[in-house]
Amino acid sequence: MMSAEKKYAVSGLLALWLLTVVAVSCGKKNDDPEPEPGGPTPYNWVKPVHFPDPVYDFSKNPLTNEGIRLGMFLFYDGIMSRTNEIGCGTCHQQQAAFTHHGHELSHGVDDLIGTRNSLAVQNMAWSPRFFWDGGVHDLDFSPLNAIENPVELDESVPSIIEKLKAGPRPGAKMPVDYPQLFREAFGTEEITTGRTMRALSQFMLTMVSATSKYDFYLMGDQSALNTQEKEGMLLFEKNCSSCHAGVLLTDHSFRNNGLVPMRINDRGHSEITGDKADRYKFKVPSLRNVGVTLPYMHDGRYHSLEEVLSHYSDSVRLFMKSGSEAVETLDPLLANPEKPGIPLTKSEQQAIIAFLHTLTDEIFLKDPKLADPGIGNAL
Amino acid sequence: MAAGLCWSCDTKDPAPPGGNLRIEFDNVVGDKNLVLNGVSYENATGEDFVVTKFNYFVSNFRLYKTDGSVFTVPQDSCYFLVKEDNRASQFVTLKNIPTGDYDHVEFMVGVDSLRNTMPEAKRTGALDPGGDMAGDGMYWAWNSGYIFVKLEGSSSFGNPTNDKFYYHIGLYGGYDKPTVNNTRIVKIKFGDDLARVTEGHTPEVHLFADVLKFFDGPATNLSIAEYPGIMAAEVHRPYTQKIADNYKQMFSYDHIH
Repeated sequence: MMSAEKKYAVSGLLALWLLTVVAVSCGKKNDDPEPEPGGPTPYNWVKPVHFPDPVYDFSKNPLTNEGIRLGMFLFYDGIMSRTNEIGCGTCHQQQAAFTHHGHELSHGVDDLIGTRNSLAVQNMAWSPRFFWDGGVHDLDFSPLNAIENPVELDESVPSIIEKLKAGPRPGAKMPVDYPQLFREAFGTEEITTGRTMRALSQFMLTMVSATSKYDFYLMGDQSALNTQEKEGMLLFEKNCSSCHAGVLLTDHSFRNNGLVPMRINDRGHSEITGDKADRYKFKVPSLRNVGVTLPYMHDGRYHSLEEVLSHYSDSVRLFMKSGSEAVETLDPLLANPEKPGIPLTKSEQQAIIAFLHTLTDEIFLKDPKLADPGIGNAL
Repeated sequence: MAAGLCWSCDTKDPAPPGGNLRIEFDNVVGDKNLVLNGVSYENATGEDFVVTKFNYFVSNFRLYKTDGSVFTVPQDSCYFLVKEDNRASQFVTLKNIPTGDYDHVEFMVGVDSLRNTMPEAKRTGALDPGGDMAGDGMYWAWNSGYIFVKLEGSSSFGNPTNDKFYYHIGLYGGYDKPTVNNTRIVKIKFGDDLARVTEGHTPEVHLFADVLKFFDGPATNLSIAEYPGIMAAEVHRPYTQKIADNYKQMFSYDHIH
């Protein structure tokens, strides 16, 4: 069965192909130099009014409709992996705010298991750092990490470029003429690392989540939240918002939130900075769409928001007594010896969870412009 | 049409007077030529080793004239990746050099912090971050930054799983938090010789890069048994600085022709 989005995308491709043919034949009929068929169409990226200015430098990669469309195909196409099966969209699925729904740790090529839970791809324009350990500081370089990871896509960019140059791939779920898409996006058929990464960035930059019930509340609709959700919001502001700060619901810092390390002893941020003081620290994730991004934490150890709240309320105390090396870098906000963690009653926890569900952005999760055009594998 | 005219006007501008200077990076092991995959060598610790890969970045060249004046090769054309398995890459040609007599050269081993944090559009050619890590890739995708020197091989003292050793030394000093900085500046005097750059003549400076000095230097004698793999792990970072101090010393001048 072909979804409506798929039909739309296919007919869109056909229309563009027809346009190209028409433009070429016009040129042949008439010796007068025709103006070049218009370059890519600028895309008007609009910052949500209640959001801060983005940190991504759009001037180095101006968004165009054609660039975004190319990025969309690249994002979903398994061509990005060694086995041609796994795409970015395999572990970053729209209905789960571009996380790997239900997977504690993601599986990449050949069912190999990674070491960390897949992070949401949303509001990337505001992120100064990427990945749980913060190893990448420029969105344009982020895809390289997943591509080269032997348990994720296990591929190399030179090999991807060769495959993209070859045109529609036999066995692909739909024929995609990448040289043509690159021409439309960048003016020529040349396929480079830079163009590939910039197109992926363009698509990811359009993944803006700013239309949750909470957003409507922030923009003045008092009725967007019910009584329990408002109570939860006040509790959240008091207890959680020093880290999950502001409208993006993260302060973009790296913190140790009191998880006893698992067997692989993932030390997180210190593997990037080389600083012992950063051991066991991980990115403070945005809580936007947190209701649909389970499981939680960098290693996916918690399967529900109830477990997460009970971690902060009760488990941090046990962690402090665990004798683990990780206790040394526990975040000071959680390390009050008289009152470790964030003590909350069950009903307070329930209210906070009710509030967290108001961060679910159904418009974003169902936006057809962000959907798989029919090329991907959601495993 | 107008654009075309402008373009041709631009290209008619006379190039500044100057010539070229070529530097050959000839990789050796002590007094022997380096041969990949086969010939066994021995480090000062007494460990046998075979080299399978030896790649390194050289960049930011500065040329010194006998009169003390300095020519800095422009930023956008100063990055070169030397690979032992690619002969052409071992000849670094510095173009549009002012004519004159040069008696020494200065260059960086590695890629400076500025270039390491530039937008993607400034990372073409040798700096393309999309290399294949299992092959010649010289970029850490998981920890954004270039690998400056990559030495791989096998040894009976290598890691117990496959007898191999892997040394990927990089780290440019950190993006927003200081980390170790393993770029090193190397200064090489051309003995008593001069590299005479004229418009018609491209002198070729022949330098050696000695793998033994990567292992054994003023800072440390690197033991394969003790360190079969060194990359960017937090625990290895202090030691990578010693290796960098070693590779700073691995270059020497041989001759000019």
